Amino acid sequence: MSDHDYRPKSKVGQWFNDRLPLLTLANHLTDYPTPKNLNYWWTFGGILTFCLITQIVTGLTLAMHYIAHADMAFESVEHIMRDVNYGWLIRYIHANGASMFFLAVYIHIFRSLFYGSYKAPREIIWIIGIIIYLLMMAAAFMGYVLPWGQMSFWGATVITNLFSAIPLVGEGIVTWLWGGYSVDNPTLTRFFTLHYLIPFLILGLVVLHIWALHVPGNNNPVGIDIKKPSKDTVPFHPYIVIKDGFALLMFMIVFAFFVFYAPNILGHADNYIEANPMVTPAHIVPEWYLLPFYAILRSVPDKLLGVVAMLSAILILAVLPWLDTSKIRSAVFRPLYKQFYWILVADVLILGYVGAMPAEGLYLLIARVATAYYFLHFLVILPVLGFKEKTLPVPLSIAEPVLGGSPNLAAARNKESKIE
Amino acid sequence: MKNLFKLFSIIILIITSNSNSFAAEKVEYLKTDWSFKGLFGKFDRASLQRGYQVYTEVCASCHSMKYLSYRNLAEPGGPEFSEAQAKAIAASFEVTDGPNSDGEMFTRPGKLSDKFVMPYDNVKAAQAANGGAYPPDMSVLVKARGGGVDYIYSLLQGYEEAPSNVSLDDGVYYNKYMYGNKIRMAAPLSDGLVEYGDGTNATVEQMSKDVTTFLMWSAEPHLESRHQMGFKAIVYLIILTVLVYFSMKRIWSRVESEV
Repeated sequence: MSDHDYRPKSKVGQWFNDRLPLLTLANHLTDYPTPKNLNYWWTFGGILTFCLITQIVTGLTLAMHYIAHADMAFESVEHIMRDVNYGWLIRYIHANGASMFFLAVYIHIFRSLFYGSYKAPREIIWIIGIIIYLLMMAAAFMGYVLPWGQMSFWGATVITNLFSAIPLVGEGIVTWLWGGYSVDNPTLTRFFTLHYLIPFLILGLVVLHIWALHVPGNNNPVGIDIKKPSKDTVPFHPYIVIKDGFALLMFMIVFAFFVFYAPNILGHADNYIEANPMVTPAHIVPEWYLLPFYAILRSVPDKLLGVVAMLSAILILAVLPWLDTSKIRSAVFRPLYKQFYWILVADVLILGYVGAMPAEGLYLLIARVATAYYFLHFLVILPVLGFKEKTLPVPLSIAEPVLGGSPNLAAARNKESKIE
Repeated sequence: MKNLFKLFSIIILIITSNSNSFAAEKVEYLKTDWSFKGLFGKFDRASLQRGYQVYTEVCASCHSMKYLSYRNLAEPGGPEFSEAQAKAIAASFEVTDGPNSDGEMFTRPGKLSDKFVMPYDNVKAAQAANGGAYPPDMSVLVKARGGGVDYIYSLLQGYEEAPSNVSLDDGVYYNKYMYGNKIRMAAPLSDGLVEYGDGTNATVEQMSKDVTTFLMWSAEPHLESRHQMGFKAIVYLIILTVLVYFSMKRIWSRVESEV
């Protein structure tokens, strides 16, 4: 937030702003110069903010009625569904809201991958984003445990057991996590506490994420640095506000469809059976948004290495800005990267699919190939591509490709050959 | 706009491919017209009342319904018995209450506020009476089974002679829709087992449909208001979206850029 010489008009405003520059902040947020060529993939940041706030508000309301106790949790959820006024609505928004949150975050992440938004000077934004994503997974996993259904219980058992793979101290860590010798009431109460805490950590990180974004400003579909403000930018308000609002409404229609007409389609039927430590479900599957990583976990025959592979699959994203050696941000000007990008998208979807299937036979083979390719993409293809790929001419400004036949084209070509 | 359609078709593709992946076991369930499906789906009131009759005369001797109260029977969106009828139903059950001022437990006729009386005192008693198998609580049974209403509806009609290559233990029955085909529950329904007050012919098919409808309601007692509110909410959102779209076009017309 540099170059701000904003001064409120009123005396009171000036007095207040000299002491706490909230009005300067508000002015910065409304005037914030934004590339005018942002497409709808860029609206998911706003959508994600909406998702976070929705989860917090509905979650607080649910917490007023929910009882975190192994003997009463399942019943209290049924109490919410039946007897609390609009309890069913609040719970279905919260449960489907988690899925919507992940749907939006995956689009947001893959947008960043396509347009190279993680590259300099935006590495910190990206890394904060990855931390938020990790916290989201932790919050979602613990939230899924709270209704204390069969999938809650067995999902918690499987995932916490992963820590036992750590040599020497693994078993001790698992007992410590559980607060006992199996998943039981102490596990439930601590998961509830953490599930309550994490969203506020995420909220804090979101503020940092946006702050870090406002230093260099948005990337854009062309992926070039632009002058700000200039004729390539529009003020955030009203242009981006209304566009984000429009996209958010479209998103809310999809969201509402799930909440009102298919509220249980994304969940698992077994979670309507109360947790029973004596009966193991036929297939223990996590929620859909964790399936790709579950597939990676199961594709490695060794337990410890499986856990390492799963964690690396996420953490590898944090070093992505340094693995991708190409100076060109947007895939629009990287014909080869563009193809590899779509192969990666397909690879992750395939991982998600086999993650939901039993880990045997052909499914296991596919999972292994897809896992290997996932790491190949980040560790080999991306670093090599930056040196080998012949990129397309990059325009000098956003206005250029729109107007066409620009005199800058020759200059752009020159610039590109220098990069090569 | 073109991008937007692309985006939403991809979203829908991802979602459908994911939800399909959960339908691991492929069994063709029997199909029937459920009045509660669809955008405006509502329960068939008469079917719910008949379904309650089947539940209480047949299922309730083994299956509990512990999250329901008798007052629910008179609430809007359910079987909608009159309050007097619901009170009479409640009063026909003996409820254990207490302790009284002498410290004794006592029984009294049920009230609207009472939960459905359980057939067994606890899970162990239920298992002991049923050869070790626990008859599951039916409150959310429809949501707790992958195939939902179609599965329950089919299961009730799925009893058959076991094929010659399948051997059954005592007290185990063959059902072509049951997971693993072996079920500890004997065929619960037979033609004319209950006598419907409204003169409907009590075939196995009819009773299966009625009791499954009742179980759907017991699992989702607010289904009707959910559908009604959903329609209003989505229409409202669509109108707002259209208005915001035109406002957006107008605002963006000031700059020479597409939205």
